[in-house]
Amino acid sequence: MELTTIWFLLVAVLFTGYFILEGFDFGVGMLLPVLGRDDKERRVMINTIGPVWDGNEVWLITAGGAMFAAFPEWYATLFSGFYLPLLLILLALIARGVAFEYRHKRPEATWKRRWDNAIVIGSLVPAILWGVAFANILRGVPLDADHEYVGGLLNLLNPYALLGGATTATLFATHGAVFIALKTIGDIRDRAAALAVRLGIAATVLTVTFLSWTLTIRSSTAAVVLAAAAALALLGGLAAATVRREGWAFTGTATAIGLAVATLFTALFPNVLPSTLDPAGTLTATNAASTPYTLTIMTWVAVFFTPIVLAYQGWTYWVFRKRIGVAHIPQH
Amino acid sequence: MDALDVARWQFGVTTVYHFLFVPLTIGLSVLVAILQTLWHRTGDEKYLKLTRFYGKLFLINFAMGVVTGIVQEFQFGMNWSDYSRFVGDIFGAPLAIEALVAFFLESTFIGLWIFGWDRLPARLHLATIWAAAIGTNLSAYFILAANSFMQNPVGYRYNPDTGRAELTDFVAVLTNKVALITFPHTIAGAFLVAGSLLVAVALWHLIRNRDSTDTPAYRFAARFGAWVTLIAAGAVVITGDIQGKIMTEVQPMKMAAAEGLYQTESPAPFSVLTIGSLDGSRELFALKIPYLLSYLGTGDPNGTVHGINDLQALYSAQYGPGSYTPIIPVTYWSFRFMIGFGLAAAAIALLVLWTQRKGRAIPDNRWLLRAGLAMPILPLLANSFGWIFTEMGRQPWIVFGEMLTRDGVSRSVSLTEVLTSFTAFTLIYAVLAVIEVKLLIRYAKAGVPDVTPPPEPDDTDDAERPLAFAY
Repeated sequence: MELTTIWFLLVAVLFTGYFILEGFDFGVGMLLPVLGRDDKERRVMINTIGPVWDGNEVWLITAGGAMFAAFPEWYATLFSGFYLPLLLILLALIARGVAFEYRHKRPEATWKRRWDNAIVIGSLVPAILWGVAFANILRGVPLDADHEYVGGLLNLLNPYALLGGATTATLFATHGAVFIALKTIGDIRDRAAALAVRLGIAATVLTVTFLSWTLTIRSSTAAVVLAAAAALALLGGLAAATVRREGWAFTGTATAIGLAVATLFTALFPNVLPSTLDPAGTLTATNAASTPYTLTIMTWVAVFFTPIVLAYQGWTYWVFRKRIGVAHIPQH
Repeated sequence: MDALDVARWQFGVTTVYHFLFVPLTIGLSVLVAILQTLWHRTGDEKYLKLTRFYGKLFLINFAMGVVTGIVQEFQFGMNWSDYSRFVGDIFGAPLAIEALVAFFLESTFIGLWIFGWDRLPARLHLATIWAAAIGTNLSAYFILAANSFMQNPVGYRYNPDTGRAELTDFVAVLTNKVALITFPHTIAGAFLVAGSLLVAVALWHLIRNRDSTDTPAYRFAARFGAWVTLIAAGAVVITGDIQGKIMTEVQPMKMAAAEGLYQTESPAPFSVLTIGSLDGSRELFALKIPYLLSYLGTGDPNGTVHGINDLQALYSAQYGPGSYTPIIPVTYWSFRFMIGFGLAAAAIALLVLWTQRKGRAIPDNRWLLRAGLAMPILPLLANSFGWIFTEMGRQPWIVFGEMLTRDGVSRSVSLTEVLTSFTAFTLIYAVLAVIEVKLLIRYAKAGVPDVTPPPEPDDTDDAERPLAFAY
């Protein structure tokens, strides 16, 4: 396999991992005012992701770093072109990350409510905007022959991209509800399970619509198969949630997100950022790539370290495998 | 004002801000790990109290470092896309490796450490803080290797077909002599901050609350912190001295700009301070130490240090017409502030050790208290000025000798966009700074917590037991 193809796959894998893992973090954050009736319940929710959210976010840092190292042109054009959406994502991630750590540092209700707002907005905004961003990557953006973005902000806010944003937000909310049902005990677990089913129906409709629209823009046999599999996985997860098989429900939503992201990358390949203007402006896995020497070195680094990272991150989930409920929350 | 200026200001503000949290994270992760190791080895409760206490301060700071760090990685692509295109083949690799090798380690194990007190066996829990500390310190190496390429590009060739710099020798990039010396200098600078924080907080409690059951714990923390500060200061001086000589060799303009030395001199003196025109081209009074600049730059008291005017002429001939001189008042004064603030912290550390000599109680002295409280701020300023010096001293280059800063900026990002982001970052950073400092002071004042040794983990039915720690 070509080195550029390997790195296209690796970047796809990193974003897939990011959306599966941070997807439920975002979901938990968005649902904080919906499922958390009082401070204790909200703390239960936050503590289901407390030990892992930071490690989950490193998937994004690594995906960004991998794009920079393997496809500098892609990284440069995308990040400068999607300037304002990325700014909003950054501000949201800043507020959300600090909120997790600072929320419990003072007892006042006002203090906690403000940080709760930071968590909700800080989760909702990236959950929407990542969908908007990836939809625009699939749809293509105006790039000139120098691969410079010439579209402006409004170009990114087209109906298809907005549907993408609604899809990721709903999908992540479902994933988060399923995760809370999986990780908690007591009343909140029941409410999360019920909400997961309702959200799941909306997520299925949106995901099927969005992926179908995507396949009308660009498609391949593999992408069609993956999209169908994503829909099936989501339906399977929904069915499992209905009968309260929470482990299977989570497997379903995680697989669905993974397959949906895989659909997008498969449909995109070999392009990485298509131009809607001059076809010469289109960035591909070949013309955006680093030299074979850099890619070879990075491949060895990835081959050696990725299994280690997966092993210890997996172990973390094992360490914190127990469900928690309001009884587990200490007084302060 | 154009988009380039604002992009530069934004990078400067967000980077200096980020690096207020980084030194504490680097240094304190190791110091907290040492405290926990002492508890693990001796069973002495005072070390557990100190671990918990400084651990809290560490985490309040750590959160800020994490969230402001994401901005750094995104900003290269967002605001410096032509730079990213030009150096991506080389510069991206250490960044990606930093994330994969160091950040995963740091963030995953910090989560295990925070929440793992009652979930992991004591030894394994101790290992998690060491893993996080190693990850943190490792991350510094990769990002400094990337930065060192900008100061002293090595291991690459310019490809005229693509107009990009291409990696030819990755080992050369990782063993760049600038990186090899900047790493220990930066780490030592980080320990200067962390040691100072230990002293400041402990000293405050020792003076304010003279007969507490926790006095032995604070005495230990003050002495431990003071020794860390002193040893770090020694390491900063030694590595800084070596760094100065390497800098004189690879970036002679930066050394000339550090002194405001316009004419080539041998021997060249070092001015402690100058009163005159701001850029030092005309002086009314200068306190000068003869031979010192020659020694700093070359290791020989009579060595030749090239002046700004000669270097400007040389670079104009080599790279074409234009100014190749950094802003001299910035480099001149930031260099002195870096040294001055760092040495001041070391002097206070020495004073703290002296007042506690042979088991004496800390004197109830208002000035000592004030000096102690100033301690962590001084090396933080030294760190900031060090970075301002080394980055401003590289100007007008973004990659020395290869690319000018003005050529690296994103062409597709408008002035409005970059003004929006600069304003937004400045506002959110200012708000968070106030919140963070208030929290740090609140938790520092609260003092060491009462501790019960964490329960050993077991798999029996503990469904109702509250977590040892929860957000």
